Amino acid sequence: MNWRRIRALMRRYLYLYRRSPPRIMEVFFWPVMDLLVWGFLYKFLVANHTFNWISYLISAMIFWDIIYRAQQGVTIAFLEDVWSRNLLNLFVAPLRRSEFIAATFLVGLIKIIAITLVLSVLALAFYDFNLLNLGLALVPFFFNLLIFGWAVGLFTTALIVRWGNASEALAWGIPFLVQPLSAVFYPVSILPAWLQPLAWAMPCSHVFEGMRDVMRGEAFSWAQFGWAAGLNVIYLLAAALFFRRMFDVAREKGLLSKLGTQ
Amino acid sequence: MPGIEPIERPVVEVVELTKTFANTTAVNRLSFTVPRGQILGFLGANGAGKTTAIQILLGLIKPTSGVVRMFGQDMEQARIAILQRANFTSAYTALPGNLKVSENLTVFAGLYGVRKAPEKIRALLELLEIGHLKNSLTGQLSSGESTRVNLCKSLLNDPELLLLDEPTASLDPDIADKVRKLLKRIQTERGITMIYTSHNMRDVEEICDRIIFLQKGRKIADGTGSQVLAQFQQKTLEDVFIHVSRSGELLSEEEVKERGGTPP
Ligand SMILES: Nc1ncnc2c1ncn2[C@@H]1O[C@H](COP(=O)(O)OP(=O)(O)OP(=O)(O)O)[C@@H](O)[C@H]1O
Ligand SMILES: [Mg+2]
Repeated sequence: MNWRRIRALMRRYLYLYRRSPPRIMEVFFWPVMDLLVWGFLYKFLVANHTFNWISYLISAMIFWDIIYRAQQGVTIAFLEDVWSRNLLNLFVAPLRRSEFIAATFLVGLIKIIAITLVLSVLALAFYDFNLLNLGLALVPFFFNLLIFGWAVGLFTTALIVRWGNASEALAWGIPFLVQPLSAVFYPVSILPAWLQPLAWAMPCSHVFEGMRDVMRGEAFSWAQFGWAAGLNVIYLLAAALFFRRMFDVAREKGLLSKLGTQ
Repeated sequence: MPGIEPIERPVVEVVELTKTFANTTAVNRLSFTVPRGQILGFLGANGAGKTTAIQILLGLIKPTSGVVRMFGQDMEQARIAILQRANFTSAYTALPGNLKVSENLTVFAGLYGVRKAPEKIRALLELLEIGHLKNSLTGQLSSGESTRVNLCKSLLNDPELLLLDEPTASLDPDIADKVRKLLKRIQTERGITMIYTSHNMRDVEEICDRIIFLQKGRKIADGTGSQVLAQFQQKTLEDVFIHVSRSGELLSEEEVKERGGTPP
């Protein structure tokens, strides 16, 4: 063991952290998000220990995965073309951006359907939890989560188009920034009052609240559905405009080829 | 064909093209036209603006000012229609490594709307002498092999215009020679127009009908190989290259004209 060599290697990491705020953020990001999600969940469970909270968690897990996979479907597909240096090949073909995005949306959808099926069968087998008990409400829940996931995916992809490799970590991070805010595992009311408006601004909060309503035996909430769908339209539109704008900026700054070839 | 074609419009028309990045002017008031069937070589030192110019032609970079027309259409307005009739490859792009060669080519055949894709792909692989690689994973090919696969991709749509950015950069002399001959043959047989960049003077001398010399984004010479040699009073293109690089100062427009650097 040579202390000088160990120090040389440590210095290498410190150089990077010193220059890169995103990296420092990342060090704290995951632990903080974990603490928030599990902390709020714990708070919720302590206050409501009589519920059948296992089914809550399982359906929340399955539903959260819809958002996450939809987002990853778009962003990782794009990154894979960056990593394989294929991006230029695609964008010198007679291909519209919207067509590229539509393809990633649809492949994502196919994957999500398959994953959701597998997860619900497993949940039935291992935990005696039947997702189909949610009945027809499943359909609007599913599509609202899917569309929100697409919107987040489009947004994270736009960041990568514009800021390149430096923002790659966001591809994985952003959904989990959304998670503590969107009442996945606990109701919005558990959050501190000042965070609640932010939570209600997330389309998926309304889905998760609606899901818990139905699981408690209450009627499907059309109000929650309306909020989720309305917000989704706004988010998807905003994400599409943002993507288009960032793509144009990348074209102006000559970043597309840098993404694809470095 | 009977009947008289009117004087044909150039395939590529570039007028006063300028691209300024944050603090570099990568392409500076560049104008040129390329008639159908010509192979035009872009020569110039590292950072002279060759790649930037080609990527503007492809719509990958938005010019700061100037006009690019291809097939008579404005690039900013008719991007899709233009790209349908053109293609591109470079040593710095690759097809996804986790797909087989034939799978990759099938995907791109779909993007370009190629009819009878399997036959087309087989014929192109034969043409480039890589028929045996059809079922290989693209990521496992040697760089020379993947260069040829990329060339296959770039010929899928029978392009009328082929833009090549250092296509021979990683080829051994034997394969590089074959690729040059192939490109030349494609040009003669199909009348494809090409714009070609390379740091290999041999490439340029052998296949280019015409050379544009770029220095710091500006065109400082434009003509056939021998015209360019005469302009700089050098014996080989390599000498011209070194002369231009070391002369340091940018030649003024007057100097360029004095030396006879007018377009053919
Ligand atoms: N996206 C960009 N942002 C900022 N500057 C850039 C960008 N792309 C290119 N440049 C600069 O523009 C100039 C021209 O670059 P370009 O890549 O066109 O040169 P080139 O002639 O292709 O060089 P090479 O022979 O090394 O490939 C260089 O000074 C380069 O640093
Ligand atoms: Mg270059």
